[in-house]
Amino acid sequence: MSNSLYERIGGEAAVNAAVDLFYRKVLSDYRINRFFDSTDMDAQIAKQKAFFTYAFGGPNNYTGKDMRSAHAHLVKMGMNGSHFDAVMEHLGATLHELNVPEDLIAEAAAIALGARSDVLGL
Amino acid sequence: MFDLKIKNNRVTCRPGETVLDALLRENINIPYGCKAGACQSCVVQSLDAKPPAKAQGGLKDTLKSSGHFLACQCHPEQPMTLKLSKEAASFVDGRVAVNEPLNRNTQLLIIDINDADRYRAGQFVNLQRSDGLTRSYSIANIPHASGTLEFHIRRLPGGRFSTWVHEELKVGDSIPVSEPQGHCFYLPDRKEQGLLLIGTGTGLAPLAGILADALSHGHSGPIRLFHGSREHEDLYRVNEMRELAEHHPNFSYTPCISSGDAPEGFTQGRVHDAALSAQADLVSWRVFLCGHPDMVKSAQKQAYLKGARLADIYCDAFVVSAEQAPSA
Ligand code: FES
Repeated sequence: MSNSLYERIGGEAAVNAAVDLFYRKVLSDYRINRFFDSTDMDAQIAKQKAFFTYAFGGPNNYTGKDMRSAHAHLVKMGMNGSHFDAVMEHLGATLHELNVPEDLIAEAAAIALGARSDVLGL
Repeated sequence: MFDLKIKNNRVTCRPGETVLDALLRENINIPYGCKAGACQSCVVQSLDAKPPAKAQGGLKDTLKSSGHFLACQCHPEQPMTLKLSKEAASFVDGRVAVNEPLNRNTQLLIIDINDADRYRAGQFVNLQRSDGLTRSYSIANIPHASGTLEFHIRRLPGGRFSTWVHEELKVGDSIPVSEPQGHCFYLPDRKEQGLLLIGTGTGLAPLAGILADALSHGHSGPIRLFHGSREHEDLYRVNEMRELAEHHPNFSYTPCISSGDAPEGFTQGRVHDAALSAQADLVSWRVFLCGHPDMVKSAQKQAYLKGARLADIYCDAFVVSAEQAPSA
């Protein structure tokens, strides 16, 4: 298949739909919502969009180093593997809700998982 | 290959190039981020041609209708005249028709304007004093219906512009008015949708405009307006809103007072608490939030958590200057 995962999942429209569902899930999850609890919702949403663009293997400009510095303050706040796993759960649930086929969900999850050590600063 | 016109520049968009590519190639300064249609930092406006649908994906309906699109997602299908968002707004002269008090600290300012159909209820414009001092105010009426723009101007302690409007600006004076800005307005689609309008202080202005617009389009879904201020004397148009509610069974109005005891007929408490607790959920509602920035931010998140789609939450986003510190 020549198309990128990003295109196969539905590109930018899919990112928007996913952010809408996903951000609501994390904000309602007491385990992790403090990491997402900035008052500036527009800035938060931009970050969630970047996250999904990344997980869909879409065009983005992130390097492992960016991932580390972007999440360093969260690690300081105590973010660890259990929180990362909770986010992965919501990622999967969101894509299920959007009826994304299993194999594409697995691809997206693998991409997100690939950033684990950078995000957690390991 | 299509030509793009931007102010005095003409740029040719080559085959395969996006508008963003072409502008960057010509060193035209345009903000961008992801180049993937996600961050929306590259929004520009087409002043003539309708942008391709793909380039408008994910934008709010109101932005779409005004020709805004994502430069990084746009392969032009015809020549376009573009406006970058940072271009300074142009001004035309209006004439003061009414300048009278609405309550103890808020003035009703009505300005006669040519080309009123360019403006929409709920958008904002910049008003300018002759020395260049400029402030943003929201449009509180349906401009094309009367050929006028209506504003509610609260007097702020130490506020140079608002003091000038309250004390010196006279009926008949001419005053420069910018083109309309902002995407906080009503679109007459999905008329059965619920509309929740929450405002503090002169945040009522855009909401009153949006309300009038929705009613004039025969909006059939429920419309709920909550207007709050600290003290009862700082509300205005209370009787007019109550009358409107009597004539329109789908419209309800709740004035809220946040400090002290609320008199009969008023709700005690913060306006967004009152509005959101009255609402089991906001799934498929359209929400408009105007006024104090803290109220807007907090209500935005709560409305979203109650199920409103992000694209259906409209906030009046213009930032008040420090001396215009919000007062609600
Ligand atoms: S650069 Fe991010 S949407 Fe265009």
